[in-house]
Amino acid sequence: MPSDQPLLSLRVVFLTQFLRHGRSIMTSPADVANPLLFFFMVITLFPLGLGPDPTRLAALSPGILWVVALLASLMVSAKLFASDFEDGSLEQLALAPYPLAVTALAEVSAHWLATGFLLALLSPLFGVMLGLPDEGLLTLLVSLLLGTVCLTLIGALGSALTVSIRRGGLLLSLLIIPLNVPVLIFGTTAVREAVLGGNPESWLALLAGLALGSLVVAPLAIGAALRVSLDS
Amino acid sequence: MWTFIHKLGSPPWFFGFSGTLVRWLLPITVTLLVVGAIWGLMVAPPDFRQGNSYRIIYIHVPAAVVALAGYYVMALAGAVSLIWRIKMADVTMRAAAPVGAVLTAIALVTGAIWGKPTWGAWWVWDARITSMLILLFLYLGVVALFEAYENKTAAARACAVLSLVGMVNIPIIYKSVDWWYSLHQPASIKFTGESAIDSSMLYPLLLMILAFYCFFALTLLLNMRAELLWTHRDSGWLKQLVGDA
Repeated sequence: MPSDQPLLSLRVVFLTQFLRHGRSIMTSPADVANPLLFFFMVITLFPLGLGPDPTRLAALSPGILWVVALLASLMVSAKLFASDFEDGSLEQLALAPYPLAVTALAEVSAHWLATGFLLALLSPLFGVMLGLPDEGLLTLLVSLLLGTVCLTLIGALGSALTVSIRRGGLLLSLLIIPLNVPVLIFGTTAVREAVLGGNPESWLALLAGLALGSLVVAPLAIGAALRVSLDS
Repeated sequence: MWTFIHKLGSPPWFFGFSGTLVRWLLPITVTLLVVGAIWGLMVAPPDFRQGNSYRIIYIHVPAAVVALAGYYVMALAGAVSLIWRIKMADVTMRAAAPVGAVLTAIALVTGAIWGKPTWGAWWVWDARITSMLILLFLYLGVVALFEAYENKTAAARACAVLSLVGMVNIPIIYKSVDWWYSLHQPASIKFTGESAIDSSMLYPLLLMILAFYCFFALTLLLNMRAELLWTHRDSGWLKQLVGDA
């Protein structure tokens, strides 16, 4: 293919794509607020359902917070690639002479900053509301920072696989919940260890390993899945 | 060797070859299943603690073993299909998923039936049970994803990506569930009293595992042949073949 324009470096491509997606997120602040609101409201349901006993809530809180974070990420990832798929910009990206893995990773990073990252930053607040002991708050924050990276990447893979299917929402949860199991186990165990005065670092290290591993593998799978969706 | 592998990729050749295979595999599977079942369910001695209820392992363990192996068959077929775009690999992957899902379900159900008299509960959140349940979800995900796509070529490639990601994840899931269990369940529930299984019980078990492998291969081939019959229902070679028969 003859072209007068020299190819851009991948770093420039990544940044451009990251900013483009970031700007489109900024235009609809509701998309940023909704997952956080969802997180908040579902957290509220647990004391109502389980009773307000503080000791019991405190004991259950690591699991509750993590499960709700997982559900929130499930909810937002359904729409990750939807608008790009519908308006055709995904097709343009697939035609561009750059690997789809890189451009997709840029979108997922911007998406993570607007959802998972914010949720992790706010999580100690919700932890306090559920009576999570102070020793666990920092671990909760760190574990969710690392864990939401995995959750977002796995969710993006599910979204890439189902974006061309009309009613992909329920299917998406079937696809990605099993893959999220290790993240949930490592995250909740880390918080629980911290509350019990144990050593959460090994669990956080495992989570960090999962996050780095999925940063390497997931973009390739997401790129392949997006090409499949475009071909179908 | 290479020509043989290349020939496997051709539907008409595969259809003929699998027909011969099935003709041999069917009597072998039936014999193994009958001999193994009679040996395991009637000849093998009862367990001194569990009595006769342990005999369900002759169904439970082979189903679980083959269910796990089936996922790898499916994922490897997916890899072959993604890398070399071989149609027959798609067919293999698509045929393996429901068989594997059913075997996983059999393992879970027989486990529950065995658990009621032995542990006193139908369901226990034990590490192995939980990871088998997650395996079932992984299988169902592949089946559901395949059904959701209208374009079946795209469906096969999407399933290949998903099953490969699942294959990378399975060891991690197993390990993480193992740690989760060992930390949070009391050690009172152990996997049966039999630390070293006696050879009078082991041999029929091994035979049954072999029989289940044959059964998996047989159902896989039959499934693939049914799929070929359907997708090639308008092609010349099939009409010729059916006309001959």
